[in-house]
Amino acid sequence: MRYLPLTDADRAAMLDVIGAKSIDELFAGVPREHYLTGPIEGLPRHASEMAVERHMARLAAKNLSAGEAPFFLGAGAYRHHIPASVDHLIQRGEFLTSYTPYQPEIAQGTLQMLFEFQTQVARLFGCAVANASMYDGSTACWEAIAMAGRVTKRSKVLLSSGLHPHYVSTARTMGRFNGDTVEYTEPKLTAEMDFAALADAVDGETGSVVVQYPDILGRIADMTALAEACHAAGALLVAVVTEPVALGALKSPGEMGADIVVGEGQALGVGLQFGGPYLGLFAIRDPKHVRQMPGRLCGETVDAEGKRSFVLTLSTREQHIRREKATSNICTNSGLCALAFSIHLTLLGEKGLRALAAENHRLACLAADRLAQVPGVGVLNASFFNEFTLIVPGDARQLVRDLADKGILAGVSLGRLYPDGDRRENGLIVAVTETVTEEDIEALASTLEEALA
Amino acid sequence: MPRYFSEEHEWIDVDGQTATIGITDYAQSQLGDIVFVEVPAAGTRLAKGKEAAVVESVKAASDVFAPVSGTVTEGNAALEDEPALVNTSPEGDGWFFKLTISNAGELDGLMDEAKYKTFCESL
Repeated sequence: MRYLPLTDADRAAMLDVIGAKSIDELFAGVPREHYLTGPIEGLPRHASEMAVERHMARLAAKNLSAGEAPFFLGAGAYRHHIPASVDHLIQRGEFLTSYTPYQPEIAQGTLQMLFEFQTQVARLFGCAVANASMYDGSTACWEAIAMAGRVTKRSKVLLSSGLHPHYVSTARTMGRFNGDTVEYTEPKLTAEMDFAALADAVDGETGSVVVQYPDILGRIADMTALAEACHAAGALLVAVVTEPVALGALKSPGEMGADIVVGEGQALGVGLQFGGPYLGLFAIRDPKHVRQMPGRLCGETVDAEGKRSFVLTLSTREQHIRREKATSNICTNSGLCALAFSIHLTLLGEKGLRALAAENHRLACLAADRLAQVPGVGVLNASFFNEFTLIVPGDARQLVRDLADKGILAGVSLGRLYPDGDRRENGLIVAVTETVTEEDIEALASTLEEALA
Repeated sequence: MPRYFSEEHEWIDVDGQTATIGITDYAQSQLGDIVFVEVPAAGTRLAKGKEAAVVESVKAASDVFAPVSGTVTEGNAALEDEPALVNTSPEGDGWFFKLTISNAGELDGLMDEAKYKTFCESL
């Protein structure tokens, strides 16, 4: 294949279509002061490889990375301990070099792994069918909305205020091209979630209602009544799980009547990795909707000799067969991340996942109790799994910076997720996984006390 | 009751204002084993030539187009559980949907059985 770079005319034509004046305009979200305008600080124009490496290592050491400090960041991406055997196994050549198979049945090992991954996701979510994975949680969430639109032939979408704001952005971006009407308001800092209000709002034009479980503030509520209200109105309930470890302790959304359960699988096997690649999980409760599902689907069958074997099935939903009428333009899956998820979950087993979930919750309870003793600080949640929201005096965003200077990564401030007020600037989301020690919790609490004194 | 045929391999039985529509024996033999059929819901307004239904076989997924314009009065619910009816009885129990014809003039452009037979032989 020849590689021909774009001409200036090509670039101008593309910019014209998307309505941007320059390529720099696409980076408008990056604050000006963070632009690299000249050579990298302190790096001469010519230097030996060793000298460059030494210099870059010194610059990198200015970062405070997740493994180096008491770490309480969550809000959709979670730091868990990944057994070394996961990384060892996924690097086997048979797995590492092949991703989504295009001549699939020749790769029985890959298909078996995908089949087992699907089985795990379906069981975790309380669903009948799961696909072979999507790009990440936010795109899986939008794909669920689009699927609900195809099933119900309705375009109104109600998003819970507890849905991760990045998922909301993705739903809005994609909804523009699908003709969806997306209704959403930012969350209020209360212990109660908005399920009752959503149940009242769902009507004969609503295609889907989307809730997160646990939600962005860490709150948990039973969605059974909401599911019933959705079904009575002919709408589908979509449940989003950004922390799958929670389902080692909580009732699954499928068991509570959610029709489509999607999630971010990063917490198991994948690691934080600077935000990606991650792993979209997608499952449905009622198999009758399977033909409207997006993504690759692996099925079990028997070969000509009657032996157990695996195939990619129901491909007529997909782009390479149905072209523009496919259920989705995804024609791949996150193969390696799905493998890591599947191996991690297999190593844990059902008992191990329950134990891991219990340990997360135990430490989170310890942290919540201790942090509530800090003068001026309160815990918002009436219920939580391994993540809760603290209400602090003043701007939590500044507090996070001050604590980082003292070597503590305290959490994700709501001001960072929701830039415009309504007291949300006082909110701090704190996640506590098994990687946190009791000493880390004490360090966070005492440093917080000093910072607020 | 006159039966018409389209070049898209649909048959249309006309009884007054009501038309029953399915795919022909020739179409089902070309598609092979049919595994899924999606029929339009009652109340759906269809324009001639627009997508009305989806038929999926082990070989391919195809759209079925409305041979005449009208409003759907019934989709064949039996096909949901037993799509193979389209193979076993394409021009009988395997019908797809019924509609109320909005423009009877559109029937003039369709073929009768003899013409359709010649049309298939020419393919």
